[in-house]
Amino acid sequence: MSELASIKTETPQESTEVMEMSTDKIPLRFITCGSVDDGKSTLIGRLLWDTKVVPDDIAANSHAGRDSDNSELSLPDFANLLDGLQAEREQGITIDVAYRYFSTQKRSFIVADTPGHKQYTRNMATGASTADLAVLLVDARAGILEQTRRHLNIVSLMGIKQVILAINKIDLIDYNQERYDEIISEFNTLSKPLGFSSITTIPTSAINGENVVSQGSEALSWYEGPTLLEALELASKRSVQSIGFRLSVQRVSRPDETFRGYQGTVSGGSIKPGDEVIILPSGERANVSQILTFDLVRNAAVTGDAVTLVLDRQVDVSRGDMIISVGGQPETGYAFDSKLIVLNDNGLNADKRYWLKSASRRQKVRIQAEEVLDLNQGEWLASKDLSVNKIAKVRLKFDDIAFFDPYQSNRDTGSFILIDPDTNNTVAGGMITESVSNVTQLESTDMSVVVLPTHILRQLEQTDLFKENESLIKQLQFNPTDLTAT
Amino acid sequence: MSQQQAKLPLDPHLKALENEAIHIFREVAAEFERPVMLYSVGKDSSVLLHLARKAFYPGNIPFPLLHINTGWKFDEMISFRDKMVSDFNLQLHSYTNPRGPEENITPFNHPRYTDIMKTEALRTALDAGKYDAAFGGARRDEEASRAKERIYSFRTSDHKWDPRNQRPELWSIYNGDIFKGESVRAFPLSNWTELDIWNYIKAEAIPVVPLYFAAEREYIERDDMIILAEDKRLELKPGEVKQKGSIRFRTLGCFPLTGGIKSQATTIDDIINEIQTATVSERQGRAIDKDQAGSMEIKKREGYF
Repeated sequence: MSELASIKTETPQESTEVMEMSTDKIPLRFITCGSVDDGKSTLIGRLLWDTKVVPDDIAANSHAGRDSDNSELSLPDFANLLDGLQAEREQGITIDVAYRYFSTQKRSFIVADTPGHKQYTRNMATGASTADLAVLLVDARAGILEQTRRHLNIVSLMGIKQVILAINKIDLIDYNQERYDEIISEFNTLSKPLGFSSITTIPTSAINGENVVSQGSEALSWYEGPTLLEALELASKRSVQSIGFRLSVQRVSRPDETFRGYQGTVSGGSIKPGDEVIILPSGERANVSQILTFDLVRNAAVTGDAVTLVLDRQVDVSRGDMIISVGGQPETGYAFDSKLIVLNDNGLNADKRYWLKSASRRQKVRIQAEEVLDLNQGEWLASKDLSVNKIAKVRLKFDDIAFFDPYQSNRDTGSFILIDPDTNNTVAGGMITESVSNVTQLESTDMSVVVLPTHILRQLEQTDLFKENESLIKQLQFNPTDLTAT
Repeated sequence: MSQQQAKLPLDPHLKALENEAIHIFREVAAEFERPVMLYSVGKDSSVLLHLARKAFYPGNIPFPLLHINTGWKFDEMISFRDKMVSDFNLQLHSYTNPRGPEENITPFNHPRYTDIMKTEALRTALDAGKYDAAFGGARRDEEASRAKERIYSFRTSDHKWDPRNQRPELWSIYNGDIFKGESVRAFPLSNWTELDIWNYIKAEAIPVVPLYFAAEREYIERDDMIILAEDKRLELKPGEVKQKGSIRFRTLGCFPLTGGIKSQATTIDDIINEIQTATVSERQGRAIDKDQAGSMEIKKREGYF
């Protein structure tokens, strides 16, 4: 790779997702998902109750509401601990995500209880986008339903690698192990192509508190695995080993004539004073002279840090630009392939220009549907149907140059939302899979593609001819796969 | 530099929360034309203010603060607020609904006191300032309807919240697109818990109103609430007597509507200990949450923070 004429000087790692043991103090973020009435809110309510994090006054408030046998046991209606909206309590369903915060001796958790109704899939996707792990519920009587499949696919799409399958209401099938195994076998067929790194299956009864925090009853003695809480305590935080430094500029700080700083959150890699950086899309280069925070002048900034960067020379940088390291650059181009979930009741329109927002950048984009996921078969079928809740592979086409990392390498620089300029609603959430080869972009124009050793390119860059024609010369980035294709 | 003395590095969990809040502050400041920060003088507002200063350093906070003053706040809150304004050179607008003094609407005599003096006042002040984004210090762990709210919470042109139809909010990409007259409430502390707030106040040495710490104070007991008896406007009912004891407040609002707790917690460590063993929620002492089922949701739908 090193002798190729490419401004990318480091080979990106494949599959950059790494799991860390849960030694740090950052909470594990998980969601509960699955079809309607599988008992998601009840499960979380039970989890909160049995870990003793429900304050007395809140418990007292949760008795009123839907039919429940729990009042006789002087237990609250567990779902009411989560379903905080009036409409939810009236209808006995979950409409929107509820976020809850709780801790055990071993670690702390942020749980997003997401709705099961198909109508509220957008709210499930909201919860899933930031989760480390998904608890997928199945009603043991009903088995795996269409919405279970949809949720499982969204979980996979969002890059969640750990799944706990809770086969709930096990008491209502008389703790039947055969039925339990049957559901698992069906689930395994479904999940196989989705690339999960860890799947734990647990028979539970949320209402009775079996295998949630406490062990199951005698009738469940055939199950020897962990309870839900034990499995959660053992789970890993997702962390991403990024390819290179990324800082999407949120705002330019100019408190006076002498100071100019670029404020944003590091969404990959690290940087230290003296490092050379490139500004996208201009391609200008500069060196970092200072990393500033309120507390101190830093000698490094790492992923997650919200900082202010000062550069050593005047360059044109504005909101939406990205400051990156010289090695391991994002992919640039006018077309990208992505997967997305349609979140808008009226679907997406291929003739329309949408706003695409990714990190702090927004651009107008058109979308071209390629394939849609058939939930029953788990197959991608050629289709242009971008109606609500569809999971689709689409091509994004930009008028101006765009730059992304693949979502699997970097969640911040590989994810985007689409906004309908006529309604201002968020109509889709998407993940970049790859840039469409730049080579094909050039076919209709009078251009040639040349592959050069890097040191010759660097010399060429210094020439007047190169500088005068810089805007016409497209610097391509090659992956090993691109090369075998040409 | 703002803090010369060597400081221990923040716990990674608090650091992550701080980073997220700073990101939200910068995003709103960059995308909206006229942001404002609701400043209620409580501990969450203290943290919010601290984070705003961090987010825009070395510049100043690029938007004003707005205090909705009902006229019935604890005296110590007002003196603390004024000290913050002068210490940090803040631009603060205070707004009191003129209907309060004009129509003699008080917490004692009017069933719609909170609606008029807080919700209506807030709507009027936001309209008057033509603010298109308002930061608030609300946290999802405070209350069940807040647990459902987005970080960018969309409001119609008459400040209404529609909890059944919130915009999806994926990753940390926020959709701030609105039409003229509409607005967004932004909540940088959404993912903080009460314990996080106190741990952060301790780690960052953030000033808070002294009423949070236990001290010998005069109070009365009314409707199972401990009401501070320092304000001359508090009229004792038959049978009520002033008592003296060590009390403190877990949340701060209007003094007649905010119940204190008997407590010996005189330091932040004491408070942290107390919260960890508490069996009732933080807002248990707030009368306004309890006037009817779904009370906070109803207020929020009408424009309350």
